[in-house]
Amino acid sequence: MLSRTAHELFWMARHIERAENTARILDVTYRMSLLPYDAVESGLAWAEPWAVPLISSGLATSFYKRYQTLSAENVLRYMILDANNDSSIQCCLWAARESARSVRGAITSEMYEDLNSSWLEMRGYDFEKIQAYGVSEFMDWVKMRSHLIRGVTFGTMLRDEAYHFIRLGTHLERADNTARILDVKYHILLPSAADVGGAVDYYQWGALLRSVSGFESYRKIYRDVITPRRVAELLILRDDMPRSLHSCMNLIQETLEKLCNGHSQEIQRATGELHARLHYGRTDDIIRYGLHEYLMDFLDRISALGDAIERDFFATGQAASPQ
Amino acid sequence: MSSLPYDEMRTDAGEVRAHYAPFADWIARTPPARIAQKRDEAERAFHRVGITFAVYGEDLGEERLIPFDIVPRIVPADEWSKLERGLKQRVQALNAFLDDIYHAQAICAAGVVPRECVSDNAQYRPEMQGMKVPGGIYAHVAGVDVVRAGVGEYFVLEDNLRVPSGVSYMLENRKMMMRLFPELFATQSIRPVQHYPDLLLENLRGMSPLEEEDPTVAVLTPGAHNSAYFEHAFLAQQMGVELVEGQDLFVQNDTVYMRTTRGPQRVHVIYRRVDDDFLDPLAFRPDSMLGVPGLFAAYRAGRVTLANAIGTGVADDKSIYPYVPDMIRFYLSEEPVLNNVHTYLLRRPDECEYVLANLEHLVVKEVHGAGGYGMLIGPASTAAERDDFRARIRAKPDGYIAQPTLSLSTCPTFAASGLAPRHIDLRPYVLSGKTVTLVPGGLTRVALNEGSLVVNSSQGGGTKDTWVLA
Repeated sequence: MLSRTAHELFWMARHIERAENTARILDVTYRMSLLPYDAVESGLAWAEPWAVPLISSGLATSFYKRYQTLSAENVLRYMILDANNDSSIQCCLWAARESARSVRGAITSEMYEDLNSSWLEMRGYDFEKIQAYGVSEFMDWVKMRSHLIRGVTFGTMLRDEAYHFIRLGTHLERADNTARILDVKYHILLPSAADVGGAVDYYQWGALLRSVSGFESYRKIYRDVITPRRVAELLILRDDMPRSLHSCMNLIQETLEKLCNGHSQEIQRATGELHARLHYGRTDDIIRYGLHEYLMDFLDRISALGDAIERDFFATGQAASPQ
Repeated sequence: MSSLPYDEMRTDAGEVRAHYAPFADWIARTPPARIAQKRDEAERAFHRVGITFAVYGEDLGEERLIPFDIVPRIVPADEWSKLERGLKQRVQALNAFLDDIYHAQAICAAGVVPRECVSDNAQYRPEMQGMKVPGGIYAHVAGVDVVRAGVGEYFVLEDNLRVPSGVSYMLENRKMMMRLFPELFATQSIRPVQHYPDLLLENLRGMSPLEEEDPTVAVLTPGAHNSAYFEHAFLAQQMGVELVEGQDLFVQNDTVYMRTTRGPQRVHVIYRRVDDDFLDPLAFRPDSMLGVPGLFAAYRAGRVTLANAIGTGVADDKSIYPYVPDMIRFYLSEEPVLNNVHTYLLRRPDECEYVLANLEHLVVKEVHGAGGYGMLIGPASTAAERDDFRARIRAKPDGYIAQPTLSLSTCPTFAASGLAPRHIDLRPYVLSGKTVTLVPGGLTRVALNEGSLVVNSSQGGGTKDTWVLA
């Protein structure tokens, strides 16, 4: 398929996934901010919950360039509606829809119509409307639109290259986002080791799990208190957890095998290596290495993989060497 | 000329014409609330599907719908069969004319078309002289604008042979009507049009420069910001071919390739929706960012087919239009089935004087104008506008033609006050390749403003579904 088309589809998928993950983390933050933490455990300082979505998406600096104070309203405005923030939900849906529009022949009509109507509806929202509708309800709407588009993609699209590039974009973005969400805990003031298992920790880890739809799975698998070690295991190493790093890498590796071309050996190798680290990795080793360091390293590798995909799939055909 | 325009639905006596009877019956029986609800539904659906056009000069991202009217324009079978014959005949003659103009110019030698009408024509492309194109076909897709005037006679108003647009509206309007009012289709025999993309693809594949078993066809678009982008994407999708921009193609050894994820892939036929001037910066406008360097060389080398060919504008130009009936006689030895609108050529001094003396009764058009711009509609003009045109005509008489003001036929249309007559035209799409074909139908455009004769979407025009009865 056309390199440009593949590129647009890949980014269409990434933007939809990013909008969904932003909605997830904002929803969790919003719920956390409603808890009377001081009453739960007085004397323990919490990081201001509204810093969390900014830190995890690496947007704190650019936020403070535009807003004086860290407040729920400012963060929500910035992360949902701000046209200057390329990762705001509105910008992501706009970018996804523009990508789809520029290659609409490569996707099914149903996909385009669902994405287009999502955008048209999004365009009708301002902050007041979101407040009136309910912040959590709005986040649910974003998640539902993302589920819908993914479902329509799954249910209607030919399993051709276009489909594989969409899947590649979705899972690369998801791997990145899950790693960022998991790393959030590092940035929140950590309670001392003695507090592990305490009420604050319970709420923080619980919220984190909920943001990746992992709370119920955790309960099912471990039937025990929430510990950082197990959360790390669940979200990094378990391949039956659909948003875990391992599960994302399984799909990335599988998809890349279908897409391989004459230029992609290095991508194949790097993906295989990263996948093997997750497939054969041990939780204890990760904890010993340092969870934060481990996740930073993973994010670097994912980002390098994204660059390699740009180079080896989307910039091909430039070299004029037809047979 | 009679004062009342021809009404498609009713006779002068107010009786419903036979071919509109089932529809008139239906609308009389259907509660207005249901119709209003269906009209809303249509608008929402058009927005969701994204059948919008970008309006130049407005805010970025501003997209508008071309208003859709649910009252169909209905063409009875006998009228269509005459239209079909006339349109095929006309497009055949126009293709023969193009082939002649770019080779021997026999028609000029015979004195039928003045040589300077060709040689001085800005649309004539000397680069095309002597070049052979597959099948001798230049205008693979022609959108011929037909109007109905006087007592109901069809006239050809304009031949569009460059990159005629609007066919996606013909198809989407039909889809919308079938979805909104299936009962209308169940009770009448309305001929289908949805196979247009298949015909187009078959036609394009048949024009491959090589006897390739499986030629690759692509649609070339200026990009997502072009006002007709929806249509380009729509046709590519319906035909199952790639939609490419200039940046997706490159030329090497006079061969055109697409840049794909698996390396270069050869392209044989390009259905291009980019104007001649912008196709190749090496051959035409050097500042074009939309084109493909080297494309023209590959074309001349016979390594790729462009549809439509380069330089077709010389045949749809308003200065050539008056000669089309004579072309039909010259190339086909037949009498034209469809008439032209009577046209005054202002390059002829006596006709020019007549026009200048009668501006308030005539429509004056710039020879190279399009889209309803550069036009004076005499009866609706002010004295100042006429003075302005008079000066422009005197300065450059051969830049203009004039025609009597046609009282275009009307069709009932939903307006704020309810159903009211509005002027319409019709653009059927004629496909030429190994055969000449057209689907039974076309795009009916309607001037939504009361009394207006301008049907162009950029100036308050809307569209209707066009039903050809079996």
